[in-house]
Amino acid sequence: MTTPHSTIDQLETAENPARLRRVAIEPLTRVEGHGKVTLLLDDENRVRQARLHIVEFRGFEKFIQGRPYWELPVLVQRLCGICPVSHHLAAAKAVDQLVGVDQLPPAAEKIRRLMHLGQHLQSHALHFFHLSSPDLLFGYDDAVAHRNIIGVLAEYPDLAKQGVMLRRFGQEVIRITSGKRVHGTGAIPGGVNKRISRQERDYLAQEYEPILDWARGALALAKKLLFADTENTRNFAAITTNMLSLVRTDGALDLYHGGLRARDPDGATLFDHFDYRNYGDQIHEQVKPWSYMKFPYIRALGENAGAYRVGPLARVNNCDYIDTPLAESARREFRAFARGGAVQSTLAYHWARMIELLYCAERIGMLLNDEALMGSEIHTRGEMRNEGIGVLEAPRGTLFHHYQIDDDGLVTRANLIVSTTNNNRAMNQSIRQVANDLFDGREITEPLLNSIEVAIRAYDPCLSCATHALGKMPLQLELVDANGATRQVLRRDSTE
Amino acid sequence: MLKHFTLDGKRIPFAEGQTIMDAAMAAGEYIPHLCHNPEFAPHGSCRVCTVKLNGRRVAACTAPALDGAEVENDTDELRDERRTLLQLLFIEGNHICPACDKSGNCQLQALAYYCGMTAPEFTHRYPLRPLDASHPDFVIDFNRCILCELCVRASRDADGKSVFAIHGRGIQAHLAIDSPSGKLGDSKLHKEDRAASVCPVGAILPKHTGYAVPIGERLYDRKPISVAGDVSDHRKDSS
Ligand code: SF4
Repeated sequence: MTTPHSTIDQLETAENPARLRRVAIEPLTRVEGHGKVTLLLDDENRVRQARLHIVEFRGFEKFIQGRPYWELPVLVQRLCGICPVSHHLAAAKAVDQLVGVDQLPPAAEKIRRLMHLGQHLQSHALHFFHLSSPDLLFGYDDAVAHRNIIGVLAEYPDLAKQGVMLRRFGQEVIRITSGKRVHGTGAIPGGVNKRISRQERDYLAQEYEPILDWARGALALAKKLLFADTENTRNFAAITTNMLSLVRTDGALDLYHGGLRARDPDGATLFDHFDYRNYGDQIHEQVKPWSYMKFPYIRALGENAGAYRVGPLARVNNCDYIDTPLAESARREFRAFARGGAVQSTLAYHWARMIELLYCAERIGMLLNDEALMGSEIHTRGEMRNEGIGVLEAPRGTLFHHYQIDDDGLVTRANLIVSTTNNNRAMNQSIRQVANDLFDGREITEPLLNSIEVAIRAYDPCLSCATHALGKMPLQLELVDANGATRQVLRRDSTE
Repeated sequence: MLKHFTLDGKRIPFAEGQTIMDAAMAAGEYIPHLCHNPEFAPHGSCRVCTVKLNGRRVAACTAPALDGAEVENDTDELRDERRTLLQLLFIEGNHICPACDKSGNCQLQALAYYCGMTAPEFTHRYPLRPLDASHPDFVIDFNRCILCELCVRASRDADGKSVFAIHGRGIQAHLAIDSPSGKLGDSKLHKEDRAASVCPVGAILPKHTGYAVPIGERLYDRKPISVAGDVSDHRKDSS
């Protein structure tokens, strides 16, 4: 059962930290997302404090000051090697406002949407097949050497291949629309820099052929794996939170544009179709001394009660419907799992993510049949403004890019709330829930350690290495007693 | 009777008064260069065009061609030296190709590729150089200025204005602007000026536009610099 919030909240800060043993789960990182979990345990191996720390991207907001606004979409996509398109497009949406454009030419918007759908497709496929399926297929306590994509390849070669091919297709969509599979250009102020030719459209349409079936298969597999142990799916790392996402004007799921909708755990609407340019009226960010990452919350509810989740779980919960038939019927089934209110199970992120994967596949198919995609008017201009706020739904959740510029066109102020930041408190809550349930006096083992990772991984946070190291991230876990002496060391390195 | 020298063994004819660079360009041979542009008087400052004339290093853009001379250009030794010079230029300023809107249309980047530079080898200086965006049509990003003086020469010799000059010496050398405030917005630089479109790198760029040419269609995406030539030969189709 979900432990009451107050008990879980107590695990944020222990009363007598000096008398507790410190356990650090520290992945060695490759890129921008550096994550680590610290646990404080008492003499009975019961957890007294659990925290997820992430070294965040705040440096970007500083070093883009003084840069010309038209560089932003290309500059800020370097925030991330995994979902650069999301940063590219969120910045481009903000820059559209700076150049006075509220409505893009139809072809430009469709090309951007196609790029964005390609991004979601490849990111969701990567996360499910490469990173999470080993846990779900083999169990959290499977041998480390086997619990990875190589193990999946050996035992389920067709499945692994579909994962790779789904991702490849998403990357091809990105390449055609932005010039490169990773870190292209594409979006420019007021539109895009490149038309889609008939030849390119036909190429993508041809590659598209098996995609819908594979996406259906992926959703079916996610459900099968999650329902192999329904109770665990319901309860593992489960917490109760508000949900935040964009929805289209008619309440439909929309990943590129819409108004902000927040719902409380009972499903009651907190705000709806809220103009994201005024996000500061609804969302505040709390700073905690122990984390580089801020803790956003819904202003009206306060710092703790106002915590919310974003990403697939929030989006599929929040929208009134999905405007593609297969994903919509999957959404209905998903919502029925809730027993009223929203689906709160952390592991249901995987399910919602695969519903979105199917939605992306369906939507890409529709766009590839849309003649307007190949339109020739691909950018426009208006009167310059000094402020622009671009918000969209990145694979990991709502992403806010906010810029101010001076009259010369140079950035004077930037504020970015990246998807993972929105989930900061929820991820902390989830690992506390797991720690509270599992670290109950027994010896610390690698599977226990992996359970913490499984909880974090469900959110698909952009800790890059934590979630993107082929499920075999190098970890060192140390138990240090109150005198600083190392009592136990558990190592797992990537060469094992 | 036309005179000749050999460039890596090839006979290159030249007329009296031509430099090695002039004669090589006329013969369609590529000698790597940055500060040279045949529209303007040679300057000999970047030293990228250094060749060996009868075994002695000279700047091809300033050295007069000599009858019967042997000139070495495309050799491993000279390519290594040129790469070192380019490496120094890269670390002296802030040349962040992945985010630069001149990428794909930049001579420094294209030449670095041509000379086999794959990563910086020296410690970056990371100088702090604010941009000047005061002009309505152009922005100067001093981080990317390689002090080639092409804008200086173009403004003085083609536009008759002398908007630009190099001030300071050695590591202190920097591009200065002739205007009451020292800002480009106060200067006489006009949209149509030759100085505004001569920069071989991303230091002087038009405002409000960037990345207009898709990846794959930029000047040096299509051909190496030895074939495509200088940026300023392609003023209309490179942004
Ligand atoms: S601004 Fe450009 S043209 Fe002028 S000196 Fe610097 S690099 Fe050369």
